[in-house]
Amino acid sequence: MNPVPATCIRIERLGKTFRGQSTPALQAIDLAVAEGEFVALVGASGCGKSTLLRLIAGLEAPSEGQVCLDGRPVQGPGCDRAVVFQDYSLYPWLNVLENVRFCRSLRAHTRDASESEVNSAVERAYALLELMGLDEVRTRYPNQLSGGMRQRVAIARALMAQPRVLLMDEPFGALDAQTREVMHELILRLFEIERSTIVFVTHDVEEAVYLADRVVVLAPQPGRIDSIHPVALPPPGARHPDLKLAPEFLRQKKTVLDRIRATSGVQRDLDKLSRLAELSRRDRRPDAKPATGIH
Amino acid sequence: MAADRLWSIRGTLGGVRYLAIAGVGFASFLGGWWLLAGSGLVDAVFLPEPVAVARRLLGWYADGSLFADIKISIGRVLGGFVLAVLMAVPLGIYIGSFRPVQAFFEPLMEFARYLPAVAFVPLVLLWVGIGEGAKITLIWIGTFFQMVLMVSDNIRQVPMAQIEAAQTLGANRGEVVSLVVFKSALPGIVDTLRVTLGWAWTYLVVAELVAANSGIGYAILRAQRFLQTDKIFVGILLIGLLGLLMDQGFRLVHRRAFPWLHLR
Ligand SMILES: Nc1ncnc2c1ncn2[C@@H]1O[C@H](COP(=O)(O)OP(=O)(O)O)[C@@H](O)[C@H]1O
Ligand SMILES: [Mg+2]
Repeated sequence: MNPVPATCIRIERLGKTFRGQSTPALQAIDLAVAEGEFVALVGASGCGKSTLLRLIAGLEAPSEGQVCLDGRPVQGPGCDRAVVFQDYSLYPWLNVLENVRFCRSLRAHTRDASESEVNSAVERAYALLELMGLDEVRTRYPNQLSGGMRQRVAIARALMAQPRVLLMDEPFGALDAQTREVMHELILRLFEIERSTIVFVTHDVEEAVYLADRVVVLAPQPGRIDSIHPVALPPPGARHPDLKLAPEFLRQKKTVLDRIRATSGVQRDLDKLSRLAELSRRDRRPDAKPATGIH
Repeated sequence: MAADRLWSIRGTLGGVRYLAIAGVGFASFLGGWWLLAGSGLVDAVFLPEPVAVARRLLGWYADGSLFADIKISIGRVLGGFVLAVLMAVPLGIYIGSFRPVQAFFEPLMEFARYLPAVAFVPLVLLWVGIGEGAKITLIWIGTFFQMVLMVSDNIRQVPMAQIEAAQTLGANRGEVVSLVVFKSALPGIVDTLRVTLGWAWTYLVVAELVAANSGIGYAILRAQRFLQTDKIFVGILLIGLLGLLMDQGFRLVHRRAFPWLHLR
């Protein structure tokens, strides 16, 4: 048996109430993320996924409880927790290579750097570009790239800082389905090579189940953890897009989806819709009068 | 087909054809002027002919004072403008970045910008006398407050995601401001400067009309005394031309300094 991996992020009784709001955006969140684990946060929109991620990043301050990284409470943003946002976070005045190397212009990364570290950083930048399939476009500006390319640059830039954890907030939310599929394979390959700890926010359940070791379902109003679903799938390196059609995969996807529906009020809407469908069927019965149209 | 693109909303137009149409625009302005002035309907005291204006320009050049006047006017505009830039850009960056600074300065600036700069003329003369300081001060009053507010707006338009990405990469406050906020807002700031430079010219003329014995504005004033309408025209057109040149200069800087914004 492998030894139990160390806890990387520990979230304790975490709560967040935004000023001027009566219901907390998040309430009593308890969650531990292990070293090297890939955790996906899913849930209806507005249930607090982004808020939770931003609390881990230190971009928001908790109202209650705390987030600990390696046992130390998070006080604010720092280079041990890099964030990949959905869009608009690349620096349009820097080309691809300069964007990726951005953290090397910061004191936090160069303060005590020896020459060999500087050299290895240069190598790392090029290695990341190659890994991300960006070496051909490294002198281009972000607005010359497709959406998928831009997100690859954002991921490479985050990894360049060698963070303890990589936080991603719907990083593929603005991409088309084909590009997203490619990005999934890229993320899995990357996860295998870099073995980072990843917290990944998405509203796409398929994406969550396919990529993550554990899927956390959040329920809204107040935002809280509804359920946690360990994913039993082949290890990341052995996954293949066709897996998304396998019965076992679909079963796990349905389990998660059912929880989201149950917690988000979607079920209520679906019930209402099926009642409507029932009514229109009744209208169309031969003995009934023709459906009363809308004039 | 091509006509479709030409007249479709925000359609396309090649550079050469653009220039050609712009030339026609200028030519019709000149032609209209020439026809009206040449028709005899309007007295030359009110509307001189283009030829008379051109002759006056040559005369101004020949007596050697044209370039001296242009030079001194440009010097005053740049003096007041650069002074305003040096103060407004740093202040705007602080106002746009830090809420307490914003709370301290912004309402004050909003108030100051509605104070009529022209009405400051008597005060300025009282405070700094009628030397070069007076003109520069007036141009400064006319541009500084607007510039501060516009620069702070440029700063506030930097997407939060760019700032937060830097913070999570380990940037400290100073690095966020200098490496991200300033760089990101710079194209907007240069545009702000381009627009405010136009206003600086306006206040230059005001300053030279009331308190000068040199410069284009003063030349206009003197021409009025001698009823030299054509010289007034030369002065006005000259200022328009200089403004246009400086504007184009700023656009060129914009294209050179921010190539990523002009990619096609
Ligand atoms: N900066 C903020 N100020 C006030 N309310 C906010 C802020 N950010 C998020 N919220 C509120 O908190 C709740 C959760 O938002 P968010 O975390 O963005 O949800 P999700 O990412 O799951 O869609 C929402 O009701 C939202 O309106
Ligand atoms: Mg969100």
